Amino acid sequence: MTRMTVREAISQALREEMYRDERVFIMGEEIGKWGGTYAVTRGFLDEFGEKRVKDTPIAEGVIVGAATGAAVAGLRPVAEIMTINFLFLAMDALVNHAAKLHYMFNGQMKVPLVVRTVGGGGRQLGATHSQTPDAIFAHFPGLKVVAPATAADSKGLLKAAIRDDDPVLFIEHATLYQSKGEVPDDEDFVVPIGVSDVKRAGKDVTIVSYSKGLQLSLEAAEKLEKEGIDAEVIDLRTLRPLDTRPVVESVKKTNRMVVVEEGWRAYGVGAEVASRVTELAFDYLDAPVRRVAQAEVPLPYNRRLEQMALPQVPDIINAVKDVMYLK
Amino acid sequence: MAELLTMPKLGFDMAEGKLSEWLKKPGESITQGETILLVETDKATVEVPAFRAGVLLEILVEAGESVPIGTPVGVIGEAGEKVDLDSLGLDGQAAPQKAVEAAESTETAAPQEAAPEPVSPAEDGRVLASPVALRMAAELGIELRQVQGTGPMGRVIKRDIETYVQERDKAPAAAPSPPPMPTPSYEPSGAEFTVEALSGIRQTIGKRMTESKQNAPHFYVTMDIDMGPAMALRAQLNAVLPESDKISVNDLVQKAAAVALREFPKINAAWSAEGIRIQNQVNIGHAVARENGLVTAVVRDVDKKSLAQVARETRDLVARARDGRMKPDEMVGGTFTISNLGMFDVDEFIAIINPPQAAILAVGAVQKMPVVNAEGQIVAGTRMKATISADHRVTDGAEAAKFMQALKKALEEPVRLLI
Repeated sequence: MTRMTVREAISQALREEMYRDERVFIMGEEIGKWGGTYAVTRGFLDEFGEKRVKDTPIAEGVIVGAATGAAVAGLRPVAEIMTINFLFLAMDALVNHAAKLHYMFNGQMKVPLVVRTVGGGGRQLGATHSQTPDAIFAHFPGLKVVAPATAADSKGLLKAAIRDDDPVLFIEHATLYQSKGEVPDDEDFVVPIGVSDVKRAGKDVTIVSYSKGLQLSLEAAEKLEKEGIDAEVIDLRTLRPLDTRPVVESVKKTNRMVVVEEGWRAYGVGAEVASRVTELAFDYLDAPVRRVAQAEVPLPYNRRLEQMALPQVPDIINAVKDVMYLK
Repeated sequence: MAELLTMPKLGFDMAEGKLSEWLKKPGESITQGETILLVETDKATVEVPAFRAGVLLEILVEAGESVPIGTPVGVIGEAGEKVDLDSLGLDGQAAPQKAVEAAESTETAAPQEAAPEPVSPAEDGRVLASPVALRMAAELGIELRQVQGTGPMGRVIKRDIETYVQERDKAPAAAPSPPPMPTPSYEPSGAEFTVEALSGIRQTIGKRMTESKQNAPHFYVTMDIDMGPAMALRAQLNAVLPESDKISVNDLVQKAAAVALREFPKINAAWSAEGIRIQNQVNIGHAVARENGLVTAVVRDVDKKSLAQVARETRDLVARARDGRMKPDEMVGGTFTISNLGMFDVDEFIAIINPPQAAILAVGAVQKMPVVNAEGQIVAGTRMKATISADHRVTDGAEAAKFMQALKKALEEPVRLLI
């Protein structure tokens, strides 16, 4: 085990996979000479050369389109889109091409594409650069969507994504890069896509989250523990395919659930998880499922307003008390 | 902001509560959930937790007084806050009285948001309950209407079911400080007496039996049963069965009753406001005598189990019932009750229905006696008398008589009990 940041873990996963398989290459805006906007690929150009580290024009549709073509042709591209907000420009290439080719052409081609991108707010980047639209991408069958929170999961899931023969959208969170954790040293350490993980065992209430929301949920769980409330915290890690088994098992035990996500509440990840729990564990619920999510407004630039609009630890604590009928 | 603490509704049928003790004095601070007062109900003394943190500003009802549910008994607020009873919807002196009026006029004073609202089942008759509470109630054979919901809008939630089961469990044990039952005042007779305080279980029995006799119109059907064949079969079976499986007369009776109940579902029924509830299972409750009163041990699915299994389960349950080791769910869910006083040489007796069940069977001793046989001769016979008490709202005399015939037949041709 080595203690490292999420940034280092992602970088290490990329580097290891590029050494492991020469078909793996990276492309994106300013990933080469500049080393990536979030410095994930710093040094890669010198290490792997221009053939495998490609700076691209500022044209997201071109990046994902070209990467999809390369994947179909047999390479294993890892395309970086500077932020998830710009991925809308590549929507057609991503959801109409990458996500559907394998299916529409009867499996004649595979699309082993990874699109790495960065989402999330909280850094005063304004409404168009701070979104968490993860649920939109998780809506499309054919596209796997991964959004890890910890260093170990970031490394293990990125390696799994690169080795996967289907297109995978890998969503990093802008405020998690500095967060540290223990990461296994094994070069073949892989975290399977589509497996949720109990990050904290508890018996009183189930908190389900992922990415930044997980960090907040774990903080909330610690505070709740001081009040005598034992929360179980589950990290979805993958939004599609969504693994609800541990969630259902947990709800059967705790009878109450809070879902935490940074994105907007309406039509969100929480809505999906809540719906599945009513389908699979209806007879075990003791309270309506509560969702903690972003306020239904474009994220404000003003620092205080931005923090008010984003889900915070006290919001989670309140929701937990709500489902436990403690208010 | 100051808020009123009201007399909580602690049981389905609780109308008023006696404030037995304040654990806080005015001016003392309170944490949320901390017990601030004790209330005596007919079942037990219950600890009432504070619905919020703050300071007990004022006591409106002193210990020792009984007030209707919903009556403001105290005020909780912030330290140093001045209590303005008017703004709380009360004027100082007439607080309890006003609350009584409010309770009577059915439009109770606006319940405080944070206090557990004493809400009874919704007006359309629906009881609000969370899915898990519904499931637990069904599994434990608890009628939701009996459970006080503490969730929003009186929703019955998991903890309410747990509390309910706990209270039932506790009931047989003596209540911590049993409140005196209101008793009519008699003319002083001059005779000396001592008063034995009422235990929780005595109060429960008193209340339930009174309720049964007052509400369920009982009628009784007695039958004389030839127990010769059943006793012969029992002797035969017990000669080969291990000690743990030995069959008692009562086991034969309950197995025969189960067979007859299958044939007459209206005897295996319960009265309820919505209508007659025909029970799907045949769960037979046995009245078990203990030093301080009765408890019921419920043997489930008697109709589906073999005689040996029924005997084994009953022996175990009754033994545990006697030493108070039964689990709460083993005391509930009965659909029919048998009370057997045969071991006390009782010829026959009649029992009071265990509500909401439709009937109870009272069984006397198996006795040798002269009988007239088919040929008109007086010979030695073996007889037992059994009397069913049935709820006339649910069933009628002819049906109860036919049920008794079926019971008699099952015992007089006992081979059928082995099938």
